[in-house]
Amino acid sequence: DQVLHIVPETFQQVQHLQHLCSTLMLDLWKPLLLEDIRAGEDLHIRVPAPLVQEVKEILDQHMISHRVLIPDVQKLLDQSKPRERSSHRQVSGGYIYTEYHPMEEIYQWMTQIQKNNSELVTQHILGKTFENRTMYYLQISQPSNKPKKIIWMDCGIHAREWISPAFCQWFVKEILQNYKSDPKISRFLQNLDLYVLPVLNIDGYIYSWEQDRLWRKNRSPYNNGSCYGTDLNRNFNSSWGSVGVSFNCSSEVFCGSGPESEPETRAVSQFIKSKKSDIVCYLTMHSYGQLILTPYGSTTKPPSNNEELMQVAKEAAAALTGKYGTSYRVGSTASILYSNSGSSRDWVHTIGIPLSYTFELRDTGTYGFVLPADQIQPTCKETM
Amino acid sequence: RAMELPPSHFLAARAAAVALGYLCYLRGGPGRGLELRELRRARRQDIDDVGHKYYLELELEDVLDKDRTVTCTAEVLYPLGNKSSAPDVQVTVQGELRSTEEADQEFYNRMRSLEKELVAENIPDSHGNVPPELEPIHLLARVASGYLIWQNSTENTKFHLARVKRVKQVKRNDEDLQFDYVVLLHEMVSQELIPWEVTVLWHPRRGARVSRDRRQTGHGAG
Repeated sequence: DQVLHIVPETFQQVQHLQHLCSTLMLDLWKPLLLEDIRAGEDLHIRVPAPLVQEVKEILDQHMISHRVLIPDVQKLLDQSKPRERSSHRQVSGGYIYTEYHPMEEIYQWMTQIQKNNSELVTQHILGKTFENRTMYYLQISQPSNKPKKIIWMDCGIHAREWISPAFCQWFVKEILQNYKSDPKISRFLQNLDLYVLPVLNIDGYIYSWEQDRLWRKNRSPYNNGSCYGTDLNRNFNSSWGSVGVSFNCSSEVFCGSGPESEPETRAVSQFIKSKKSDIVCYLTMHSYGQLILTPYGSTTKPPSNNEELMQVAKEAAAALTGKYGTSYRVGSTASILYSNSGSSRDWVHTIGIPLSYTFELRDTGTYGFVLPADQIQPTCKETM
Repeated sequence: RAMELPPSHFLAARAAAVALGYLCYLRGGPGRGLELRELRRARRQDIDDVGHKYYLELELEDVLDKDRTVTCTAEVLYPLGNKSSAPDVQVTVQGELRSTEEADQEFYNRMRSLEKELVAENIPDSHGNVPPELEPIHLLARVASGYLIWQNSTENTKFHLARVKRVKQVKRNDEDLQFDYVVLLHEMVSQELIPWEVTVLWHPRRGARVSRDRRQTGHGAG
């Protein structure tokens, strides 16, 4: 559609224009009423695309000079709408990535994502939670005849860190929306498969929506049901139970009754073990703190490939800061945060996966775990 | 004698949190919240028979005006042994903080003229939202939390205000405003959420002071 600007010069021209507008039922933008069209005054009319040529010919015939004010009305409309809305519809029918979603909606989202992007995405079962909910991961894999290495990312191991599952969802959307147009992403997918687990601690996440927003652990009962929850990120088999944990169920860092005592932990570790020779990078997303953490938590002795780990992490932090100026600190958990044992990231590294990182997303304590939804977009964009 | 620490080291970060808490208590208000933008430099000194002292250079930002930062130097001394003694903190702020006189007076008048005393819960809500009329109440909670963080920190803890669980205004016969809070403090090392009752008195010219505080037993659930 185009919007034309005309200044009628004579009364006769005004009559022609009024006739034209009413016969073709053209949309008057200025003035609003036919009877207000006057010689010497601005006239703006919107002409539907199929009629543009005809209208211009008629104006030429009557020697009514005109110029194009808006060459493409739709384009103008698209530009003024927030970008996300039109992109959502392509990827998964209107899902709002700038809001937090309960587990039911995330389950539906995964199904939709696979349906709408079946050439690239498959949904798989990882295992079951304590409360018997199914854990799914998404595999993003471009068909190819060469074998590909894997990057694994999990979110939501701690229930209250809502920005983390929000990031996993955003990440998937971003990849699927841009893999054809973004050369970096398309090259990426030629050589690597992405495995994304949007919510690891599903029971805990649901509990944080329904009962206690600040819940951290899973929901398995101990002490005859008088106490609930193991910290899944203290439950992996990496120096399990040695430091930075509690053996008391009522603690937030209760490490469970033994390494991998929890079904969620086992689901992840079994899968990673089975694919271990193909996984080159393991990412686990948390909040808050704005940190990129490298192994280890249980000792300050650096891992064998520490130089490489640190270099990659520093480049990542620099790229992240480059977006909005958000500063991230980089270093091992033991040196910049605290001592801990049994973390997923440490365990993954000890079984031989070279690049293993924990991301602590925004912020640094102003809102902490209850990060406002309006920070989802900037957090996710900078972390991409 | 003072050893340089990488600013990313956890000991430096924990001392910075204490300095920030102290500053929030001293200079914060219903119109001003301070946050740590960056820890620029940290040094640590072991003082025999006294304790561990940290020398810090911090860059702070105003929560309501993020483009504005001020530099600050701080000394945090954690005393040896007696764990129930608060760290000693000295701070010097370089530069001016944005004036909040007008906003403070408006808040004061609004609170004094309320017919029913203000009562609120869960600030921010689960999605991180704070209704605009409760923003000053949230900021005053940061002032109160600043006091608690300063008074109760050790080299093995790092506290942040996680959430205001409950707040109740209490009308007074004198000129102060009084708010009884239950705040949830998140302790980073243990990952615990600690509920804490704290009463804040505030006046536009005299500032804030904590008149009473009590750590609650039990987990900060709900």
